[in-house]
Amino acid sequence: MQVNFEELFLSKIDKEIKIEPKDWMPEKYRQTNIRQISQHAHSEIVGMLPEGAWITRAPSLKRKAILLAKVQDEGGHGLYLYSAAETLGISRDEMTDQLLTGKAKYSSIFNYPSLTWADMGAIGWLVDGAAILNQVMLCRTSYGPYARAMVRICKEESFHQRQGFEILLVLSQGTDEQKAMCQDAINRWWWPSLMMFGPTDSESTNSDQSIKWKIKRKSNDELRQQFVDMAVQQIKVLNMTLPDADLKWNDERKHYDFGAINWDEFWQVVKGNGPCNKERLDARKKAWNDGAWVREAAIAYAEKKKKSLPQPLQGGALKTA
Amino acid sequence: MQQPIPNSQFLIPYCLHLADTTLILSHRNSEWCGHGPILEQDIALTNIALDLLGQARNLYQYAATLMGDEFDEDKLAYLRNPSEFKNHLITERPNEDWAVTVLRQFYFSSFQHYFYSELKNSSDKQLAAIANKSLKEVAYHLRWSSEWVIRLGDGTTESNAKMQNAVEVLKDYTDEFFVMSNEEIELLQQAISVDLSTIKNNWQQKINEVFAEATLQFLYSTQPKIGGKLCQHTQYLTDLLVDMQVLQRTYPNSVW
Ligand SMILES: [Fe+2]
Ligand SMILES: [Fe+2]
Ligand SMILES: [Fe+2]
Repeated sequence: MQVNFEELFLSKIDKEIKIEPKDWMPEKYRQTNIRQISQHAHSEIVGMLPEGAWITRAPSLKRKAILLAKVQDEGGHGLYLYSAAETLGISRDEMTDQLLTGKAKYSSIFNYPSLTWADMGAIGWLVDGAAILNQVMLCRTSYGPYARAMVRICKEESFHQRQGFEILLVLSQGTDEQKAMCQDAINRWWWPSLMMFGPTDSESTNSDQSIKWKIKRKSNDELRQQFVDMAVQQIKVLNMTLPDADLKWNDERKHYDFGAINWDEFWQVVKGNGPCNKERLDARKKAWNDGAWVREAAIAYAEKKKKSLPQPLQGGALKTA
Repeated sequence: MQQPIPNSQFLIPYCLHLADTTLILSHRNSEWCGHGPILEQDIALTNIALDLLGQARNLYQYAATLMGDEFDEDKLAYLRNPSEFKNHLITERPNEDWAVTVLRQFYFSSFQHYFYSELKNSSDKQLAAIANKSLKEVAYHLRWSSEWVIRLGDGTTESNAKMQNAVEVLKDYTDEFFVMSNEEIELLQQAISVDLSTIKNNWQQKINEVFAEATLQFLYSTQPKIGGKLCQHTQYLTDLLVDMQVLQRTYPNSVW
């Protein structure tokens, strides 16, 4: 009897059985996952930059420790995700190359600048908040390694959003200058955060197939709505406002209506014309190029040890804190 | 800093010296976060930065309790001037490159390892407890940094040259580890501080061992730079503190 691989694959999707690296899968499924997971990984890594810029200026030792740990977490998320993508037959170096040559994208949100300390709050609350909704959904994505990476990541993400909200909360109860700083950061990060969910469903090219294959389980617009509904509640605690005059409860839909998103801006940033696209990519290129000799030395040393010693040094030894 | 409680006139500056040194090195290491040469090592160095920051906080908090109610860890870190800081000069140097960063960490972690091994027997219970707790962290820092000194020293011709350059760059900065300040001499009589002369040999031996494996040549200082503990600093510290203290200075008396 001949096994129809495609049918087997689809029946697994249907029965909520995870697809694993050695399983047969349609080439397009593989490519879609590679694209999505690697872009997700790049977003974690590039996402270290806007917040990383404030580590040295954090206003208290406690905030410094929290921010440092938070940015470090994002690096860890990048690691989990690169590993998940590698199970699909692409190397981390290839993925890095795609990022640095502009072939692979990362979340456009990180092309906005972090101008004040309040941005650390707004990024945690809004950007991590938006990311969480997407990532909670992805804990149930059909590709096993991706789903499992997401479960680990989600555990850390709620701390990220909490610390961001707490930064804003303290500012919102502070001096007039701090309150103004808080509102200004919310104003600047609100719309770009809504754009994080991607184009509206009618414009989104990859969405249909991804939902059929259960890579995605909610549409961009559904997630965006969930985010708006959540933020409207939380902003009240801050005693601040969201910069949208059209925000209004819709009793028929049982959701908040919100104003039109500036999709021109969105596409401009995606195309590379955002405020910090060049800076972000330059920072990644610099780190990569400056570090070339370190990576080469590590490889050369490992080769030498392989020849001479039975046991090489434990190189990447990571301490889990 | 006025009116220290009795018996603390030496203990307070001693704590501040230890706190400042770990804070400033943590700060320098944290500058790498997001810019490291290898993702795993970016994370590893950030772990070290976090550990050192934790040690600094413990030490500042202890100093603050000795100094009185109006002080806390943030006032000590954010509202003192460069001329009041007592960190080792090696910690305020810019990172320069990964070779200098790794070698500086190795020198410092080796020092901290032997230092805390002694301080954990201090007659001051609080310092002894901090030393004991920190020692476990330092064991990891020392392992990580010595492995990287070896790997880069014995890696490629290029990496060896960069490491040997780092040895040259840092050669005048390690003698300061072993210079006793006034307060250290005073506190030694009560078995509170560490006799630095007793750990110097161990330190040198450790360096020699690792350098032998790394095929690096140790360079002795010709003009030791030793002013840090006496609050004599370089422009680098001023620049660092301008950046670090900017929010506390710009918006005084605010809660963050
Ligand atoms: Fe993340
Ligand atoms: Fe996050
Ligand atoms: Fe950690």
